[in-house]
Amino acid sequence: MTLRNSTRATTVTVALASTLALAACGAANEGGTASTTGSGDERLSGTLNGAGSSAQQAAMQGWTAGFSGLQSDVTVNYDPVGSGGGREQFLAGGVDFAGSDSPLSDDELVKAQDRCGDAGVFELPNYISAIAVVYNLPGVDELDLAPDTIASIFAGKITTWNDPAIAADNPDADLPPTAITPVHRSDDSGSTKNFTDYLSKAAGDVWTYEADGVWPLPGGEAGNGTSGVISAVTGGEGTIGYADESQAGDELGIARIGVGEEFVGPSAEAAAKVVEGSELKSGRGDYDFAYDINRETTAADEYPIVLVSYHIGCVQYDDQDTADLMKAFEGYVISVDGQSAGADAAGSAPISDALREQAGTAVDAITVAG
Amino acid sequence: MTGVNPSPPVRRLGDRLFAGSARGAGIAILVVLAGVAAFLVVDSVPALVAPAADVPGGKGVFSYVGPLLFGTVIAAVIALVVATPLGVAIALFLTHYAPRRLAQGLGYVVDLLAAIPSIVFGFWGIFWLAPRMVPFYAWAEEHLGFIPLFAGPASATGRTMLTAGVVLAVMILPIISAISREVFAQVPTLHREAALALGATRWEMIRMAVLPYGRSGVIGGAMLGLGRALGETLAIALVLSVSAGTMTFNLISSTNPSTIAANIALQFPESSGLDVHTLIASGLALFALTLVVNVLARAVVNRRADFSGAN
Repeated sequence: MTLRNSTRATTVTVALASTLALAACGAANEGGTASTTGSGDERLSGTLNGAGSSAQQAAMQGWTAGFSGLQSDVTVNYDPVGSGGGREQFLAGGVDFAGSDSPLSDDELVKAQDRCGDAGVFELPNYISAIAVVYNLPGVDELDLAPDTIASIFAGKITTWNDPAIAADNPDADLPPTAITPVHRSDDSGSTKNFTDYLSKAAGDVWTYEADGVWPLPGGEAGNGTSGVISAVTGGEGTIGYADESQAGDELGIARIGVGEEFVGPSAEAAAKVVEGSELKSGRGDYDFAYDINRETTAADEYPIVLVSYHIGCVQYDDQDTADLMKAFEGYVISVDGQSAGADAAGSAPISDALREQAGTAVDAITVAG
Repeated sequence: MTGVNPSPPVRRLGDRLFAGSARGAGIAILVVLAGVAAFLVVDSVPALVAPAADVPGGKGVFSYVGPLLFGTVIAAVIALVVATPLGVAIALFLTHYAPRRLAQGLGYVVDLLAAIPSIVFGFWGIFWLAPRMVPFYAWAEEHLGFIPLFAGPASATGRTMLTAGVVLAVMILPIISAISREVFAQVPTLHREAALALGATRWEMIRMAVLPYGRSGVIGGAMLGLGRALGETLAIALVLSVSAGTMTFNLISSTNPSTIAANIALQFPESSGLDVHTLIASGLALFALTLVVNVLARAVVNRRADFSGAN
């Protein structure tokens, strides 16, 4: 019932949404039935199947647990097969929704037409997490790094900690001549994709590789998964790596990143803020909230190395039950309760009110294909 | 079971049931093996025929599997080189040097090593062994750097091929020492006493009587250990810092080839479609490798058996 309340909280946008939905439906099929939007089913039952990003797995556990507290007869299954696999399964019709660390590509958007019809897909940035640059350097508790410096370190161009470039960022620190060992992920991951995207955009002069889920440089120290990177950074001296902020632990130092003239540390607020300040990818559907994260932000309250993971689903589903379940589930996920359940479970950053309002329009638009 | 005897044997129901179930068990092994082989072959075909650019790594299935096969063999060979002499020495000590009471206790401890799950060895490797290997690697790079094996740059975390090989060696040690101990204990007392009576010292007796007798057993034990080392997954996945597509004999750097089993374990959770077929193709390569190793081992054991004195 809290669910209903929280969805109702966005009533203002509902009106707007229904008109939009009507317009969309009208464009899609003759006689679109937007009446289902307000179906007052208090108790739902059934099963929702999702697959995709393993980064969302912990948060998804929090969401499914919280949602089953509201709708005990609904089962939400989530298979963390990886973002690519999740999008593939969703587009093939195998699952009702996908969790993905990157939005659908242009090719996939074409395929999505077959999957979802002309009404298209919704993509909601429901999981936002800051990626921390962690380091292990005894005697140095605080470290500031400009984007170019980070890129040089990970590209292997800066090899010792007392390099002038690092010293310039940290005039007060007593930097030892220890060799730097950069640690990257050995598996294909959203963390690597977002980190390399940040490097290529914020330090394009130094970092000449494109954003990629697989680490683009040959060789070097690698760890499997977030835990592998953390244990490698912890186990060595002079190591530096990147990992989900919530997993960084207490043992490691967390570098502050050069943003404009300031240095900013990772935090939930700053991570949510940068997404809010970013621009939507253009030329997409009404409910397709795919972002080009503003990696080059100069606002000191924004932290640009964030991982945004989306929920991708159809605006129109073939059967009423699935549409109702998706609407209820996504409504819960974007709600204040849902976001705090996800944050508790995964240490992610709750989405801001502006993002919630925006996502609400998509949730309200979910309907059955007429 | 056609009657070769002049009078056909008495066959009761129990006989027929037992013969049938024993035969069934024998056939079941072949069926299971054939089933696994067929699955591997059929499911790796899509990767074998796919255009090279679509396979992970972008250079075709062979250049994907090649470095993995290389890494698998390197890790297993290091393990074998470290563990075989150690295992044989342990077995000799337990059978011929240690007081009986101590031998029993020690033998039990060595067997206990075999009962530890491999992931525990992985944790031991990454949290205990690896950091302690770092100073050695730095020393080796400085003083032994002229040998390609120690070319460096030395790893700062110790998660190297050599560390992985040592972890594997500890894991296969109980197999090698247990089997060696069994065969050494079976050396006929007459052989040993004859050697001693001829004036041999204990070391000469071991060299003349025990080692020749036990040679095939030691080789068999080493091959069993090699089999475990080739297929070991979790310990390697935890310990080794891997880079896709590398092939290097440099054992002390951060840049190492992965092994087939570890790579499958690490990549499978995020794989779909052709990626999975490629992983299965690498599994097929591992299957073929273990088959070859086992056939070779069997051949060696059979050949040695003629000279072992066991006959």
